[in-house]
Amino acid sequence: MTSITGVSSVDELPGPEGHGPLQGDRASTGQLGDRLFSGTARGASLLVIAIVTLVGVFLLSQAIPALAKNKVNFLTSSQWNVDGTPLQFGIANLLWVTVISSLIAMVVAVPLGVAVALFITQYAPRWLSRPAASLVDLLAAVPSIVYGLWGLQVMGTHMDGIQSFLVKVLGWIPLFKDAGIGAASTILTVGVVLSIMVLPIVTALSREVFAQTPTTNKEAALALGATRWEMIRTAVLPFGKPGVISASMLGLGRALGETVAVTVILSALAGSAPWSWSVFNGGETFASKIANNAAEFDSPQKAGAFMAAGLVLFGLTFLVNAVARVVIERRKAFTE
Amino acid sequence: MTAADVTSGPNLNAMSSRESAGGFNHRSRARALRNHLARVVMWAAFAIAMVPLVWILWSVISKGGAMLLDSHWWTNSQRGITNRVVGGGAVHAIEGTIIEALATAVMAVPIGVMTAIYLVEYGRGRLAKTVSFTVDILTGIPSIVAALFIYAIWVTTFGFQRVGFAVTLALVLLMIPVVVRSTEEMLKLVPNELREASYALGVPKWKTIARIVVPTAFSGIITGVLLGLARVMGETAPLLILGPYTKTIATDLFGGLMPTLPTMINQDRTEVLQPAVDRVWGAAATLILMILLLNIAGRLVSRLGAPKT
Repeated sequence: MTSITGVSSVDELPGPEGHGPLQGDRASTGQLGDRLFSGTARGASLLVIAIVTLVGVFLLSQAIPALAKNKVNFLTSSQWNVDGTPLQFGIANLLWVTVISSLIAMVVAVPLGVAVALFITQYAPRWLSRPAASLVDLLAAVPSIVYGLWGLQVMGTHMDGIQSFLVKVLGWIPLFKDAGIGAASTILTVGVVLSIMVLPIVTALSREVFAQTPTTNKEAALALGATRWEMIRTAVLPFGKPGVISASMLGLGRALGETVAVTVILSALAGSAPWSWSVFNGGETFASKIANNAAEFDSPQKAGAFMAAGLVLFGLTFLVNAVARVVIERRKAFTE
Repeated sequence: MTAADVTSGPNLNAMSSRESAGGFNHRSRARALRNHLARVVMWAAFAIAMVPLVWILWSVISKGGAMLLDSHWWTNSQRGITNRVVGGGAVHAIEGTIIEALATAVMAVPIGVMTAIYLVEYGRGRLAKTVSFTVDILTGIPSIVAALFIYAIWVTTFGFQRVGFAVTLALVLLMIPVVVRSTEEMLKLVPNELREASYALGVPKWKTIARIVVPTAFSGIITGVLLGLARVMGETAPLLILGPYTKTIATDLFGGLMPTLPTMINQDRTEVLQPAVDRVWGAAATLILMILLLNIAGRLVSRLGAPKT
């Protein structure tokens, strides 16, 4: 079924008959209509390829001049002075905030998403399982700016207790050190909101693979005297593991690139703020850095610096999605 | 759902009920306990997942729902209304959102549907693999990167102004993969026998696709389009970069400022004055309502139009 997350595993699995439509163009007659139609279809496909190539090329072509003038190390510096003449910009800070907030999101969303998917496919009574799936899907329909607004003004106001508890108990770890930022706009709050945003993605794909567990496997486990949980552990989870991994990767890709919710919630720090490992700190992700400065792209040099940041983000999400793809391709080879 | 699933469903249920009635005597207490614990955890997980959904909807409705009941909300713009004054409406932003979404669909749907037709009906070999791969990349492109790309072309390279049309170009990038993937899925569900029957009658391939395959999958394609529309309507990042907000009605995609619901929220989100805060949540409620309606419409179409089996 189509899901509103836009993510589906159906097309990744071998069809029931195992063969597609007539191979090649054997069915086409070579008439004008046929040539026009297949030409249009081919043209649309080539256009898609061209667009994706252009994205890479344009971002690169704008980023390279700025990178060439950059006076500090792009990867290890956390300075960001794009106004002055000694152009200095580095992404260390952006990378850290982007990665840690997404990781927090994954730590929450993956176990929860898998459990919800198991609930929908294995535990929910028949009448509940479809509505339950639609309700979780609804989370994907909430616009990200509403998530941001809600995260900052509603959920964020309840983060104080959690933050002071964590600081008190785990404050000796740099990750949980108090950083003097209001609890509503910390990296942790962003992570929690991101986890809610990726939950429907993780759930939707996981539940599709879980639902495809061969009934024979499940019945075999039950016939051997397994309890329902043991059946899930020995039959459903091993079968669904690649699906869960790629679902998590797609969710991660979404979390890394999320812009507006992060921009609204996270409090941006002054350029002179000291480096901190704390999740109670503020900061900016790649995406929120670009969005926060959207009004200032007046010189090509400045814009180039942001394009370079955007390019790294593009590369990151590309990598994560590629891993998801490889995992699912392997599984396909395995099931065939 | 395959036939095997359907026939074995009751069977499995019967087993599990026997299991919970203690049919297996040799089962140790620890295993039973673990089994019970797992059941509790799964139910709890679902309950936890529902908390943010209910909480968000409740926040939006309780803070902004009242605005929607005022008829001025649907007929007036914010022209001349300051943050201290109650009143005005969101019609300028609603119109902007709808116009941009429709313009996006006009461009993205033909490209997306034709690409899906290529992938399912024509594509074999290396080109098809490349297309499929690039669609995956498009699916993964963060909206801010799509916006940056359009900025690099539209503003930096061509030197145009930031206008509504630039926003729709960025949204097209985000909508294409949704349309391709959902259409592809639906076309794959069309039974091969239909195609073969058509070929056997001597119908050319393109006519088979246009008159047999696409109509059979039509409701599914529409559902995909509606869900794609729902996605682009809620996008905000391209609007921040390419679509400046204004308080007045603006319906010209090439005419400069163009207000939309997300930018209306963004404009006043840091306000503390109550009239402005109310309008922010009102806009959020309106946006969610529109997206929900699209989703419901999509589901209805797919349910009503599903082939009877």
